[in-house]
Amino acid sequence: MKLARVVAELGLEALATGDLTREVGGGYCSDLLSDVLAHARPGDLWITHQRHLNVVAVAKLRDLAGVVFARGNRPSPDVVARAAAEGVNLFLSSEPAFEVAGRLHRLLHP
Amino acid sequence: MTSPQAPPALRLRRIYEVAPRDLDRAGTVSTEVRRELLALGMSPDVVRRASVVCFEGEMNMVLYSEGGRIILLVKEDRVELLFSDRGPGIADVDLASQPGYSTAPDWARELGFGAGLGITNMEQNSDLFKIRSRVGKGTVVRATILLGVPFF
Repeated sequence: MKLARVVAELGLEALATGDLTREVGGGYCSDLLSDVLAHARPGDLWITHQRHLNVVAVAKLRDLAGVVFARGNRPSPDVVARAAAEGVNLFLSSEPAFEVAGRLHRLLHP
Repeated sequence: MTSPQAPPALRLRRIYEVAPRDLDRAGTVSTEVRRELLALGMSPDVVRRASVVCFEGEMNMVLYSEGGRIILLVKEDRVELLFSDRGPGIADVDLASQPGYSTAPDWARELGFGAGLGITNMEQNSDLFKIRSRVGKGTVVRATILLGVPFF
């Protein structure tokens, strides 16, 4: 499913958008960077509570479709700026990670 | 016309300095390595594996070492990443390599580091992997990704 549709269906606030035509293959929930690097699949949407600069690097290096900051955890402007420069998609959700993941799962596996 | 077998040609060599404890700059070497490999037309799989190896190595140097450097070598048949730091060295490399083992301080864990998966991730994304370390001297890691070899 195209990222643009996922964003619309989940009501995500776009913080930085590089390529919304990307295909979202699945999702991954984790706050451990090494865990994401080891187990998230390219094209996954990463739902996390981390919101520092290294999140952008991990998303980029693992070739993820984007990052969703759950429970209204808004990252600082320098994180958003780095993501914009690197073409990494960042989104904010006011809902907790469990809700975001549940809705994403239902959307991808109706 | 015949010529003697030439050694694998070096396509690219880059040397990056890594500063200790500089978390804001951490990840920049990996991002740069990724860019270089993409520019050389490497496959997405090789680029991803090298990126993960580089990021984990870079983060280990930033979090735990007194700084050092990362060397990227691209040859016809392989990508090599060499990490060397100025200490403090790892007393028990086998223990440090065990999944889940970490000496990360609380502040680093709160940022999502210190899962104890760094060395495991480096090893699992490499075809050849070697760590040498001496306490008081430093640590050297060589990770090699072979090109054109199936990876599972």
